[in-house]
Amino acid sequence: MHEQHPIIAERFPDLHPPFARQAAAVEANRCLNCFDAPCTAACPTHIDVPQFIKKIATGNLEGSARTILDANVLGASCSRVCPVEVLCEGACVMNHHNVQAIEIGRLQRFAMDTFHARRGKLRKKFDGSRSGHVACIGAGPASLACAAELAQQGFAVTVYERRPLPGGLNTYGVAEYKLPAWASLREIELIEELGVEFRFGVEIDAGGLNEIDSAFDCIFIGVGLGAGHGLSVPGGDNAGVVDALEFIAAYKTAKITSANGKVAVIGAGNTAIDAANAALRLGANEVSIVYRRKRESMSAFEFEYEHAKQEGVRFLWQTLPMRVSADGGMLEFLECTRVDDSLRPVAGSEFSLACDLIITAIGQSPFIALLENMKGVALENGRVVVQRATGQTTNPKYFAGGDCVNGGREVVDAVADGKRAAIAMTRQLETAHA
Amino acid sequence: MPDLSVNFAGIASPNPFWLASAPPTNCGEQVMRAFDAGWGGAVWKTIGEQVTNTASRYSSIDWQGQRMMGLNNIELISDRPLEVNLREIAEVKKRYPKNAVIASLMVESKRESWHRIVSQAEDAGADGLELNFGCPHGMSERGMGSAVGQVPEYAEMITGWVKEKARTPVIVKLTPNISDIRVIARGAKRGGADAVSAINTINSITGIDLNTLTPRPNVDGKSSHGGYCGPAVKPIALNLVQQVAGDADGCLPISGIGGIATWRDAAEFFLLGCGTVQVCTAAMHYGYRIVEDMIEGLEGWMSEKGFASIEDFRGLSLPRVAEWRHLNLNYKIVARIDEAKCIGCDLCYIACWDGAHQCIHRDRVSGPVDGPVELHPTPAALEAATRVTIAVTPIPKLDAISRNGSKNVTPIERIPRVDETECVGCNLCSLVCPVDECITMVEVPTGLAPETWEERTGKKQCAPPPMHG
Repeated sequence: MHEQHPIIAERFPDLHPPFARQAAAVEANRCLNCFDAPCTAACPTHIDVPQFIKKIATGNLEGSARTILDANVLGASCSRVCPVEVLCEGACVMNHHNVQAIEIGRLQRFAMDTFHARRGKLRKKFDGSRSGHVACIGAGPASLACAAELAQQGFAVTVYERRPLPGGLNTYGVAEYKLPAWASLREIELIEELGVEFRFGVEIDAGGLNEIDSAFDCIFIGVGLGAGHGLSVPGGDNAGVVDALEFIAAYKTAKITSANGKVAVIGAGNTAIDAANAALRLGANEVSIVYRRKRESMSAFEFEYEHAKQEGVRFLWQTLPMRVSADGGMLEFLECTRVDDSLRPVAGSEFSLACDLIITAIGQSPFIALLENMKGVALENGRVVVQRATGQTTNPKYFAGGDCVNGGREVVDAVADGKRAAIAMTRQLETAHA
Repeated sequence: MPDLSVNFAGIASPNPFWLASAPPTNCGEQVMRAFDAGWGGAVWKTIGEQVTNTASRYSSIDWQGQRMMGLNNIELISDRPLEVNLREIAEVKKRYPKNAVIASLMVESKRESWHRIVSQAEDAGADGLELNFGCPHGMSERGMGSAVGQVPEYAEMITGWVKEKARTPVIVKLTPNISDIRVIARGAKRGGADAVSAINTINSITGIDLNTLTPRPNVDGKSSHGGYCGPAVKPIALNLVQQVAGDADGCLPISGIGGIATWRDAAEFFLLGCGTVQVCTAAMHYGYRIVEDMIEGLEGWMSEKGFASIEDFRGLSLPRVAEWRHLNLNYKIVARIDEAKCIGCDLCYIACWDGAHQCIHRDRVSGPVDGPVELHPTPAALEAATRVTIAVTPIPKLDAISRNGSKNVTPIERIPRVDETECVGCNLCSLVCPVDECITMVEVPTGLAPETWEERTGKKQCAPPPMHG
C-alpha cells in the first residue's frame, strides 16, 4: 500500500507540483517576513510561516521543517491538503498589495519533502519518560497530533483504530492528486518511531470502552464521523449506489482502478467534488453533480468548484433525486426533478439521468453508537461537547477533537484540536503525578 | 532633446557613458561592438607587460535571490601581447573616430618604461591616458597598481614622468584602499594630472564555500583577496567622489566609477561633480545593451528637469553635502502612515520597536496611547496573544462566510500608528515599508530658528586626542 498502483499513479499526478530547490528559494525570498504574520494567525496550528520560509531562503531546510513540525506534526499532509486559499495564503498581505500571495503551501511541502527524503526524525520535547498512559480512540489526524505531542512530552500512548492503516481521512479520504496514501503513511511512521503504540483492526464496543476507561489515565476521542448518509429514495439501496468516501477509499487502496459509463454524484461539498473528479480520472465518460440547491449554496470551496469544472464535471443545480431505476441489478437511471428555491418540485420538470454508478456525498452522520457509550461525555447534535481551549469533555478524564467535535472541518483543524488537548492532558497528568 | 556630449578634460565624447578598463574592453572587437551599442567611450583593459591570469578569476555576492550585488575579481592587466592591443586601439580609432578611446596604462615604476608606454599608446591613437594606480590585487605585489596609488609621493612622481611625455590628457585612477583618498588626488594634481577617475575596486574576500572551506574565487584550492565592485560599492564610491570633488587642493575633473548600473546611478555621480562615468559590472552582467536605457533615461530626466547638458547640473548636489556640525538640529519630521496604502505587514512596527525608538504601535482598536514605551505591550506580548487564539478553517457549510469578501482590505488592527510625540524622525520605518509612498516623513514646524551643533555649542571642529607613546 506504500506503493501507488501504477494506474492510480498515472491518473492522479500531483495537482500542485513540488518546487525545485532554486524555485523554492526564489519564492521564499519574495516573502516580506511580516511581524506577527497574518498567515500564522490564520493557520489553526499557528505555524510560524515567515520563520520556516526564511529558513528555506537561507538553505536551513532541516530548521525549516522543524519550525513546521513544532507547530504541526502533520505538516507534510497539511501542506498538500490545506485549503490555503482560505487560510494562510488567503491571509497573506500580498493580497492587499495586488501581488500574488506567497505560495506557502508549496513551500511547506518543499521543506517537509526534503525532511522526509533525508529521513528526518521527530524530536522529543521532554527528556525521558513520565508516568501517565493515554488512549487515543481513532487514528485520524486529531488523534495522531494528540498522540505525537503526548509521546514527545514523555507519556505512553496507545492508539486504537478499526481500520488496518492509520491516518483516517488523510490515508483513505483525500483525493490522491493532493495527498497520496503513501505520503500520509510516511508521515505517520515518524509518530510510530516516537514509541506510540498502534492497535489496528480494533472495533471499540461498550465492553472495550470499559476496559480502556479503567486502564488509562486520560482518553482522547478522535473518532471522526460515522457512515455517510444513504440515498433515501426508492431504489436507493441498489448496489450501484455507493458512498463517496468508500468510493475514494476504494480507489486509493487500488481496490478499484477504473470507472465506466455515466456517473451521478449527489451533493456539492468538497467530498462530492473529490469523488466526481476521481470518477472522471478513473475513466467515466460523463460525471454529473446533482445538487438540490443553487450554486451559491454549494458547500464546496470556490477553488474546488473551479477545479471540478476544469476536470470536466457537469453541475445540475436545483435538481432533486426522486428514484433510482434499475434493470435487475444494473442501474439505468436516476429519476430527478427540478426544484424551486424552497426545494419544492417544479411540476413537469421531471427527467431521467442515465447512469451506471451513483455516488452519494451528502454528509456523514455522527458516530453515535460509539459516542453514546462514553461515560459522562455530553453530546450536542451528535457532537462531543468540549472546552475549546483544552478539548476537555464534560468527563474530565476524556478529551476530544477533530470531526467528532467540529462536525467535519479540515485536517489542520483536527491537528490543532489534538495538539491543544495533548497540552491540556500534559498539564493534567503533571498535576496528577506531581 | 538634451545634449549628452561632453568634453572631459579635453577628451571629446558623444555621451558621458564610458566602459571602464576591465574585461568588457579587453579587445578591439568588443570595444567596437560596445560603440555600436551606444557607449560614448571605452577605457581599454590596462596594457603593459603581458601577464598570465588564473582560472578562476571572479566571485560575487548574491542577495536574496538577486545575482551579483557585488562582484570581485583577481584578474590582472591584459594577458594579450602589447602589440596586439596597440594595433587594435589604432584600428578602433580609425573606424570610430568620434568615440573616446582611453588607454589604461600600468608598467614598472621606471621613467623610461612609462615614457615608452605613453608614446606607444598615443602613437596608436588613444585620445587620453588613464594611469592605473588602483588595481589592488596581484599587480600591487609587483610594486604596481595600488602599491603606487597608496603613496602620494609615488603617484605624484609617476604622474610627472607621464606628463613629461604625454600629448593627450592624463587621468589618474584612484584606489579606495586608503584612509584619505584626497591625499592621493592632491599628489596626482601636483604631478600634473589633467583628471582623476574614482574609484578602483575595493579589497575584498567575497565569501567562503561552506562545503570546501575555500574562499571564492577558487584557484586550485586557494584564493586571494580581490577587487570588489558592482552595485554594493556605489555608496562608497559616491562618498569618495564627493571627498575629491569637495577638496579645493585636489580637485580635478572626475570620471566617476563604482557600481554604476543605471542612468539614475550615473545622474548621482554627475550631481556630485563627475564629468563622465565608467561602467563595468553591469555590462559584465547584462551586456553592452544596457547603455540604451542609460542614455534614454538620462535624457528623459534631464528634459523633465530642464537641463540641456551635463554641465547644467554637474555638481549641483555638492553644496548640499555638509559636515555634520552644520546640520540644522531644529528640523523635525515625523513618520505618517497612509492607511489606504498600508498592507499590514507590520515591518515598520517591529523595526521601530527593535531597531529604533519604540514609537509605532498597534493600538488603533484598543485605543491610541501616546507616551513612553512602558505603556505599550511588547512585540512578544502581541505575538503571544495571536498564538493562543483559536483559529479554524472557514467552511462554507459551517460558517457564514462571504464568498465575495474582499481580501484587499487591511484589517484596522494591523495598521500601525505613529506616536508623533515620541517619533524622532529617523526614517527607518519608511525604509522598511515595502509599499511605495505608504510611509512618508512629514515636516512638523517647531517654531524654532535653524540652529546647528556648531552654533549651539560654539565649538569648531576638534582635533583628535593626542597620541600617547
